[in-house]
Amino acid sequence: MESKQTPLGYVSFSVFAWIVGLLIFFPIFWMVLTSFKSELEAVSIPPSFISFDWTLENYAEVQERSNYFKFAMNSVILAVGSTLVGLVFAVTCAWAMAFNPTKRTKDALLWMLSTKMMPPVGVLVPIYLMFRDWGLLDTRFGLIMVLFLMNLPIMVWMLYTYFKEIPTDILEAARMDGATLPKEIIFVLLPMAVPGIASTMLLNIILAWNEAFWTLNLTTSDAAPLTAFIASYSSPEGLFWAKLSAASTLAVAPILVIGWFSQKQLVRGLTFGAVK
Amino acid sequence: MGAIRLEKVKKTFGTLDVIPGVDLDINDGEFVVFVGPSGCGKSTLLRLIAGLEDVTDGKILINGTDVATEAPAKRGLSMVFQSYALYPHMTVYNNIAFGLKMAGESKEVIEEKVQSAAKILNLTDYLERRPSALSGGQRQRVAIGRAIVRNPAAFLFDEPLSNLDAALRVNMRLEITGLHQELKTTMIYVTHDQVEAMTMADKIVVLQAGRVEQVGKPMELYNSPANKFVAGFIGSPKMNFLGGELAKKYDCHEIGIRPEHVAVSTENGEIPATVKIAEHLGAETYLHVEADGYGPMTVRATGEVPLGEHDKIFLTPEQDRIHRFDAHGLALGKS
Ligand SMILES: Nc1ncnc2c1ncn2[C@@H]1O[C@H](COP(=O)(O)OP(=O)(O)OP(=O)(O)O)[C@@H](O)[C@H]1O
Ligand SMILES: [Mg+2]
Repeated sequence: MESKQTPLGYVSFSVFAWIVGLLIFFPIFWMVLTSFKSELEAVSIPPSFISFDWTLENYAEVQERSNYFKFAMNSVILAVGSTLVGLVFAVTCAWAMAFNPTKRTKDALLWMLSTKMMPPVGVLVPIYLMFRDWGLLDTRFGLIMVLFLMNLPIMVWMLYTYFKEIPTDILEAARMDGATLPKEIIFVLLPMAVPGIASTMLLNIILAWNEAFWTLNLTTSDAAPLTAFIASYSSPEGLFWAKLSAASTLAVAPILVIGWFSQKQLVRGLTFGAVK
Repeated sequence: MGAIRLEKVKKTFGTLDVIPGVDLDINDGEFVVFVGPSGCGKSTLLRLIAGLEDVTDGKILINGTDVATEAPAKRGLSMVFQSYALYPHMTVYNNIAFGLKMAGESKEVIEEKVQSAAKILNLTDYLERRPSALSGGQRQRVAIGRAIVRNPAAFLFDEPLSNLDAALRVNMRLEITGLHQELKTTMIYVTHDQVEAMTMADKIVVLQAGRVEQVGKPMELYNSPANKFVAGFIGSPKMNFLGGELAKKYDCHEIGIRPEHVAVSTENGEIPATVKIAEHLGAETYLHVEADGYGPMTVRATGEVPLGEHDKIFLTPEQDRIHRFDAHGLALGKS
């Protein structure tokens, strides 16, 4: 395909791609830049690009006012925890659907996925009440459960597409070799599906990290992750752009770095069924 | 020890009746080949014996014990798959050792058994490789190695050679036969290639639409097929079936005569015919002819025969090689 492209077409396509890329990247760039400005410069018009007094005072103040590491720790625990719990359920579920399908398997999959189309706010009240009655409000455990259930359909779907590509023969060979079901899954299926599992985990860590609706509504302080950390800078005493930017930069930095290093894996995972 | 007995084994997939009911006896140490056209249920029957599919009804006895509801591993059988089904993420060594590990054997026992299997199968130099770095024939050997080390009551093969090229297939065929002579373990071998069936089997089971059409030694099936289906399926090229005058003469609905049992002459004979296509193979020549009053026939002449398109010839079936069939396709005795 590439070889057939005219130079002109190639150039205009590149320019277009760069424009889209920069448009997407600009807010993040601006946020990072603002975080190094003083509050005054942050709101000055016209805005200054490089020629301002670079300062770290926003970061210092943010760290002083709230314990960044506590929030970051919660984010890590929630993201990784919900992904690991999800993996246990998703692997077994996807195994059943991929290797022992029935006439209704596709429908079940679509139905699971369709639950993602429902606005979460629709179940906010019942879930909030359940959390309150069971003492789960502001606990990491409760939040891990919610996040894992939120992302389970996507995990099952992704793993299902991966498992579909693995020949059933190989699992049957393991069965003939005397492997019990758990051993068949752990020693044969999972090692063969490593790329798929890795991208499923990555995507879910990112989704859970960025999840703001439930984390904001179900936590106050103990279990609050970085989403709550950012939010705490946006309300009470008006908007402090520079400090808000510093807090946001701190919050997105870890996941951005992970995403950057694993982008190949992620793209491969998300387009798996499509290309081949 | 590996005597296997099937009693009224049935299998349905939903409403599809794949195996309506099979009874079969396989003796210890026998090399049994299931043969039949595509889709006749050979693989299904093998998978039922292996335990990879559950029987709908009936008994599967291995050495006298009914294992129809046992897990595959409990049956003590090994299987070699058409696709080889090697574990791609493990080395050849670990592929062969996997079953032993699952059985909880000690490191020393595993080492010894894997090495000895590798030696039998000429795999010693490849033990550290991944399956993806092996040729088709080598992969097939690994699959066989994996089956051997578990010391099974019986080996199950599902078209193990169909992914190999013709030359390699002949080699592996001999190797598997050699292996059987050496191990003397029961083997059940599925193929749709009747040449494999004829050359390898102690006993052939001909299947059609999930039913056993005939069971017997290769030469029994060749010399006295029980019906038209078996007669047409065993032997290559296919047996010719002729009705009309000849059938009347032999007092039956149709007669069958194999291509190799027809004498070819350019001067005189029973049936005049015209050559359509002559296939010269050197050692033999296959003549596809149009027989007057009987339609297309195939005959085999030994050696080089100087015949070609449009040549007129005469065919004479060998009298004592004629098979007689009734209107239902069942074989009648010799006349
Ligand atoms: N899991 C299944 N669900 C439904 N039908 C099946 C299933 N497995 C096999 N069949 C059907 O059962 C019949 C027999 O299949 P089987 O694979 O045993 O044939 P075979 O003799 O091995 O053919 P081949 O020579 O092509 O391998 C076929 O009609 C097939 O479509
Ligand atoms: Mg088959």
